[in-house]
Amino acid sequence: MAAQSNLAWRHKKAAFFKNFCIGVTGFAVLILCLLIYQVSVLGLPWLDAQFLSSFPSRFPEKAGIKSALMGTLWLVSMTAAIAIPIGVLAAVYLEEYAKPTRLTEFININIANLAGVPSIVYGILGLAIFVRFFQLERSVLSGAMTMSLLILPVIIIASKESIRAVPGSLRQAAFAVGATRWQVIRAHVLPSALPGILTGVILAISRAIGETAPLIMIGALTYVAFVPEGPMDEFTALPIQIFNWTSRPQQEFHELASAGIVVLLLVLLMMNAVAVYIRYRGTRIK
Amino acid sequence: MSSEENVILNIDDACISYGGDLAVRNVSLQIFEKKITAIIGPSGCGKSTLLRSLNRMNDFIHGCEQSGRISFRDEDLYGDKMDPVEVRLRIGMVFQRPNPFPKSIYRNVAWGPDINGLEGDLDDRVEKALRQSALWDEVKDRLHESALNLSGGQQQRLCIARALAMEPEIILMDEPCSALDPVSTARIEDLLFELKENYTIVIVTHNMQQAARVSQHTAFLENGVLVEYGDTEEVFTNPKNKRTEEYVTGRFG
Amino acid sequence: MKTVKPRYLENSLQVVFFMCAAISTITTVAVIGILAFETWGFLQHVSIVEFLFGTRWSPLLHPKSYGLLPLLAGTTLIVVGASLVALPIGLACAIYLSEYAGERARNVLKPVLEVLAGIPTVVYGFFALTFVTPILRTVLPQTDVFNAASAAIVVGIMVLPMVASLCDDAFRAVPDNLREGAYSLGATSFEVTTRVVVPAGLSGVFAAFVLAISRAIGETMAVTLAAGATPNLTLNPLESIQTMTAYIVQVSLGDTPAGTLTYQTLFAVAAVLFLVTLCLNIAANMIMKRFQEVYE
Repeated sequence: MAAQSNLAWRHKKAAFFKNFCIGVTGFAVLILCLLIYQVSVLGLPWLDAQFLSSFPSRFPEKAGIKSALMGTLWLVSMTAAIAIPIGVLAAVYLEEYAKPTRLTEFININIANLAGVPSIVYGILGLAIFVRFFQLERSVLSGAMTMSLLILPVIIIASKESIRAVPGSLRQAAFAVGATRWQVIRAHVLPSALPGILTGVILAISRAIGETAPLIMIGALTYVAFVPEGPMDEFTALPIQIFNWTSRPQQEFHELASAGIVVLLLVLLMMNAVAVYIRYRGTRIK
Repeated sequence: MSSEENVILNIDDACISYGGDLAVRNVSLQIFEKKITAIIGPSGCGKSTLLRSLNRMNDFIHGCEQSGRISFRDEDLYGDKMDPVEVRLRIGMVFQRPNPFPKSIYRNVAWGPDINGLEGDLDDRVEKALRQSALWDEVKDRLHESALNLSGGQQQRLCIARALAMEPEIILMDEPCSALDPVSTARIEDLLFELKENYTIVIVTHNMQQAARVSQHTAFLENGVLVEYGDTEEVFTNPKNKRTEEYVTGRFG
Repeated sequence: MKTVKPRYLENSLQVVFFMCAAISTITTVAVIGILAFETWGFLQHVSIVEFLFGTRWSPLLHPKSYGLLPLLAGTTLIVVGASLVALPIGLACAIYLSEYAGERARNVLKPVLEVLAGIPTVVYGFFALTFVTPILRTVLPQTDVFNAASAAIVVGIMVLPMVASLCDDAFRAVPDNLREGAYSLGATSFEVTTRVVVPAGLSGVFAAFVLAISRAIGETMAVTLAAGATPNLTLNPLESIQTMTAYIVQVSLGDTPAGTLTYQTLFAVAAVLFLVTLCLNIAANMIMKRFQEVYE
């Protein structure tokens, strides 16, 4: 039979291809390790209490990330306060109230497309609307509102998926005992959907922590030697500080940037771990 | 069983387990060349598992373990020298649900011969297989349309044609009519009659009329144990075992 | 029976919820409105022909010139380079994940991909500048300190997790009985993967590729840090270039008064960026929808 003659060759091809895919995947993991290694080696020696509690400085040995860390904290808290309720309620509307009209479909498609708009375009929007038009200047509030617009699609999409996964029988059971729509949602739908919503929210917030470009657009200052005390204060943020240090030519500042990156990645990794934990518990309960 | 029949597959004391659960227990039976052998039994009795072990499709299931010996033309089917890919190109299979590739009708049938580099004209091979599976007249004018546009029964006959195009030595059929309506089922049974002159077929079915109509030999499996095996007529009209009698007369199962 | 409770609360809640959902639409309208308004102002001073086909971009230095092509060339270099890195590697990772990896390997690799996807872009920029560029300059000494290649490689690494997980989704949506059908015809794993699974998941793969390209076009921090700030009409990846996004950052790092022509260039460039990525995203969503319909 002709087929057998080339079987050995076909097996070789298959084995080669499998090993190739394994090798490439290993290579991708290796790059992640390299990145983390590179950053840690440069940054860890600088990472101490002084670094966390000092303001930025022209002198590397005196520089720290206090204002950046506090700025990020302000920014993220306000962003969360704005974006989470709006995002979740929007998802509730789209999944529980909206009838399948053209308008609803348009809103849904629009959200999907907004999720793919480059972050810098949101920055331009924030610059034109919040900073210039509403004259909120370069405040934490401007930054938080810009960031909120950026992460809203992420929150809405994750919440929608989670709400959609709640079985319809649960709603019908609640309606059957005379609950109003809002009572059904508050007492049954939202609690069931909570793990999924929380996971989406955490991932969205992580994104807000790491985003740099929109903040540069609205002019978050790169040299701020104070901690914001109110929503109208100017601010800097961790990624901005990292950007600033990275863009300087001196090696010491690059090392400072690495130290900042280590802090940033630790924060993000913790958020990720929380998300994984919630997802794990969520699936276990089901 | 008459002596002129050649044994093509010899299953000797086969045990198959999934992650520790025994699905097939100490089954020994022989499959004869150019005959149709039916494997019947209640759902979950291990008949599909047994069938899938005959062309090593169980290799893909994690935690599936097998003991005993299955020999194909006197060679160990699970021996070191046996290549599972070669096993499958010599022993074809038709599945419970029609599973045509999302390609054209023509490409579906030509796919196997093509990747295996079988000799001869591909067009002729495709036409022959489609004629054998009684699908040619229905599809000859739309060979290059998607196979997914065919009806369920047509899709299943296409899958049979796909297996036939490889000119396999044995065709395994795993409840090929269970997802089909009665009319499509009847067409496939007619097809089996035509094929039995030239092919060795092992068919798993839970439909006893089907087994009685199409097969020469019937094996009855229950809880992974081979209860009875013999000529189909014997098994259905004069079963030796009480369980078999109860099952074929419809008193349980 | 008691009187029926008034439904004011229910109704007003519904209005509030609708407003929340409408914010997304308002955002889109605002983006389009602002970009259109300022771009219109810009086009009063610069002809659209010069803007789109001019070969010199120099809005900050005299003699001023507003030809977008150098920025487009810069963005193209990044996109092509990033695609060369992300598409093949991402595809191979996805094939490994869906066709070869065992349960345990998947459980390790999926979170690794998520971590990789969650690393902020500024970190990738840092990695490009302090790690990739020095390597490139050692291997190819003619490489500029700021160069397209380094940024492109890093942008490729950045979008790789997205490509891998979207392709993985597409392959896992291919029903197992197709794989079984192919194996039962005597196919090897290579043939099953390349001739059944990948073709069946092809629209998902295309969608992933289009989204990756869209992400690479909009990527900002890595290119700002590593690719330079030289609008340069070149296709040599070892030279310093500037992308559309990097230009926007460059201008906004300075303090540009509203209403000036330079201020308006921000919006004109952003309008092009927005249009291109929007078209790509719409295309990807349409392709994705098609592939979901195939098996449902």
